[in-house]
Amino acid sequence: MTSLQPVHESSSFETFDELYEISEQEGLDVKTLTPSKLAWRRYWRHKGAAISTVIFIALLIMVIFAPVFARYGVNEAVFPISEGPNQFLSPRSIAWFGTDDIGRDIYSRLLYGIRTSIFIGVSAGLIAVTIGSIVGSIAGLRGGKLDDILMRVTDIFLAFPFLVLIIVVREFIGGLTFLEPVMGDKSSIRFIIFLFAIFGWMAVARLVRGQVLSLKEREFIEAARAVGASNSRIIASHLLPNSIGPILVALSLTIIAAIVGESTLAFFGFGPQPGTNSTSLGNLVLLSRSGATQGNWWLVVFPCGALVLLAICINFIGDGLRDAFDPKMDSGR
Amino acid sequence: MARFIIRRLLWLIPTVIFVTFIVYCAVRIGWDPVASYLRANPRASDAKVQQYIEVNGLYEGFGGYVRGYFEWLWAFVQGPDHWPRSIKGSGEVYPTLRYSFFNTMRLAGTAAIIGIGVGLFFGVVAGKRPGGAVDGIVNTTAFFVGSVPPFVSAIILQLVFAVQLGWFSASGVYPAGHQGFDPWLMAKHMVLPVFVVAIQTIAGYTRYMRASLLDVSSADYLRTARAKGISERQVMRGHTFRNALIPIATVVAIDIGALIGGLIITENIFNYPGMGVFFIDAANDGDFPRLMPFLVIITVSVLIFNLLADLSYAYLDPRIRLD
Amino acid sequence: MPSAVGVVAAEPVLTLRDFRVGFTTPNGLVQAVRGVDVDLARGEVLGVVGESGSGKSVTFLGMLGLLPKSAQITGSALIGATEMVGASTKVMRSIRGRRIAMIFQDPLSALNPVHRVGDQIVEMIQSHNEISSKAAAERAIELLGTVGIPQPRERSRQYPHEFSGGMRQRVMIAMAISNDPDVLIADEPTTALDVTVQAQILEVIDKIRNDMGTAVVMITHDLGVIARIADRVQVMYAGRAIEKTNVHSLFAAPTHPYTEGLLRSIPLLGQERLLPIPGSPPNMLRPPSGCAFRPRCLYAIEECAGDLPELHPSGDALSACIRSEELNLGVLV
Repeated sequence: MTSLQPVHESSSFETFDELYEISEQEGLDVKTLTPSKLAWRRYWRHKGAAISTVIFIALLIMVIFAPVFARYGVNEAVFPISEGPNQFLSPRSIAWFGTDDIGRDIYSRLLYGIRTSIFIGVSAGLIAVTIGSIVGSIAGLRGGKLDDILMRVTDIFLAFPFLVLIIVVREFIGGLTFLEPVMGDKSSIRFIIFLFAIFGWMAVARLVRGQVLSLKEREFIEAARAVGASNSRIIASHLLPNSIGPILVALSLTIIAAIVGESTLAFFGFGPQPGTNSTSLGNLVLLSRSGATQGNWWLVVFPCGALVLLAICINFIGDGLRDAFDPKMDSGR
Repeated sequence: MARFIIRRLLWLIPTVIFVTFIVYCAVRIGWDPVASYLRANPRASDAKVQQYIEVNGLYEGFGGYVRGYFEWLWAFVQGPDHWPRSIKGSGEVYPTLRYSFFNTMRLAGTAAIIGIGVGLFFGVVAGKRPGGAVDGIVNTTAFFVGSVPPFVSAIILQLVFAVQLGWFSASGVYPAGHQGFDPWLMAKHMVLPVFVVAIQTIAGYTRYMRASLLDVSSADYLRTARAKGISERQVMRGHTFRNALIPIATVVAIDIGALIGGLIITENIFNYPGMGVFFIDAANDGDFPRLMPFLVIITVSVLIFNLLADLSYAYLDPRIRLD
Repeated sequence: MPSAVGVVAAEPVLTLRDFRVGFTTPNGLVQAVRGVDVDLARGEVLGVVGESGSGKSVTFLGMLGLLPKSAQITGSALIGATEMVGASTKVMRSIRGRRIAMIFQDPLSALNPVHRVGDQIVEMIQSHNEISSKAAAERAIELLGTVGIPQPRERSRQYPHEFSGGMRQRVMIAMAISNDPDVLIADEPTTALDVTVQAQILEVIDKIRNDMGTAVVMITHDLGVIARIADRVQVMYAGRAIEKTNVHSLFAAPTHPYTEGLLRSIPLLGQERLLPIPGSPPNMLRPPSGCAFRPRCLYAIEECAGDLPELHPSGDALSACIRSEELNLGVLV
């Protein structure tokens, strides 16, 4: 019986290294992908998100270069009224999506309207996410009274019927004359952006707070604390980078809320007046109300369709982001 | 439990006073009731305006706001006879509010029962076999439906079913000029508004329930339950479903705000004389005597439902400590 | 295959033959258990040892039909005279909780947090007996007393979160023995507990074996637990039993290099450094040819890559190492 001596301490290191190599060849999966690469891959594997991203980018290009893609000006009639009645024309070659009550081309107006709405949504979303992330991470990290008050207040705010609350807050802020230099006029685009930012940050803060609370107990935060990192440093270099997934999801939700919210407000006559050289989805959707009762279907189908398309695309993008950053939350699509 | 409820109820009183005071200030600043009164009654005499200010307690300055709020509150709790009259034609506020309230409750109740019931059902159907074909269809449909803003679905339904096909009525509770009570006509007028709110609710609850079931479905205690040798149905009823319902119960209570929000939109589109129409009218007129009772009712309901959410959570999950 | 170890008991309660479990995944078939034989007699404690992923838990969960639907189970599993592989749900259910009961690693998550512990035991009793709820509740209280829970009547009305870790595991045991099962499968029952509590739980299990004659399968990666309670031991690696022996020979004369490695990784007083087994367990999508331990084995030779080694007698034990006779394995060299 030959006896092979077990490895002795002096030689073990080299042997170990060799063994690791062998075992890797023997079918151990060695993942070399970074987390962000993995997230990117998961994102594009989400069919809805992938298609939506393509549609959204195409739409974005079309509306950014709206003057190129539009067939008429924002307020330009398809032909002068002097040449015959131009209002409420159903879709035809000179007006693909028909015309409105004063003979303007719905298709061209839609491009300009979506442009304004995306601008409103993205601006409000970015402001809300910035404020929400800061407040949420401070509240989550500090805890205590500040956290209690924040949660209580946002609880009540978020439980109110959205439309009631936003109309009351709109009138209230509009009534505070000293805010006018900042917020702008009640029916300006700037005002509506700030209005939705004021609403949006709370949901973001809650989300980020939850994420911070769960991250807070993890070792790497403790380690950062142990080496004397300040709260702001911990937030900036540890908590926020690790919360990027939820924050991006929150951003997508805030953008939809602002776009749909603008249309809803406009629908009830509380929307912005985008000025003479522009329009918004809300202003176009407003027409669909009379369109429905009078049977002018194109006034309903195209503006509402555009709104729904935007909402679905951004929803899917958010859903894809959720899957990409948190594979556990399988959405089943 | 009883002590917890009593303490929370006692807390509710200062909360209601505080929140309604903020609402009061918001309405005073936001709508400027005196200016609105003058807009509605351009030829009102100075004495009339002064009387309006007195009756509604519309004093200026922070002290004036506090005094005005408590005067208003005192009149409000004394009952409808003491409520200030609307700025439009000096009509009594209470009868309209009551009428709107019950119209809305009828709509909300029907929509909530259908919406939550059907939503939970679909959620269970989808969540039972996650990743299956049924799950894919249900979940994707819920996703698309949930992405459609309620006013868009309302308008499209109105266009298709009421205007083009003429199956249902496009507006109101009864046809114009109808007198008396007629459940059949009433139901016919409710179909579309209820449907709009219900599909939104169904989409929401399908997704909540599915997510909650998925959350629970990997729990170790389900394996324990199966290891006991009980049937899959018993596992579902006694463990999976029971535990998955805990977060849902909370959502039901909190979601009431979203439900009312959806109703306001729907009511306006279908001209259904409920709280939503009442509110939008009052908001457009800046009608302080009508706005305040409405907002206070909404505030109190929101706070009560918030409390119910907390209570149901504490009741359903023994791990929650009641203090 | 005849057992080479100890006395072959007259009354086998559990017999597995060529038991296999595979999981279908998007990447292919994961062969979690690859032909395992188990023999268990009445009143016997069988220790099943192995790293996580060695198939030790999966074997017994699979036998009871407690694995997800993606699991494919073949071979034979006899409970007394009842064949479990391919059995109907009804047959499975009549065995589960009645003739075979299980306790798990983390008693907090294994108990339903929203039901009183008494009720959870009652559910177990009533699922196999026509008995009134009142009588079942009395029986549950009695069982809680048996496993050493003080004031069982009051405790039975409490919820799992009101118990300490050790007490929760006692509740699990009380539940498991409520129908006087033939076999108790304990899946790492002490891993989540403090050392002092671990000893108490092992004592309870030992007492039950002695008083009720229940056979026990003790699944663990802790050789201390094995030394304390097991009669016979089965060492699992990569879905196969690589050594079957009695508890004395396991420690005195291991016959497989993997067993030796396990023994070496136990910290001993006065030992300067641990000798962990190098490498990590193989990927079960593509297990290595021949002996699965070969890539990590210090004694591996070319022949090890040949046929899948079968268990063969080696001293007092059965070993799956083709070099078991020539190697002189042991902890102390």
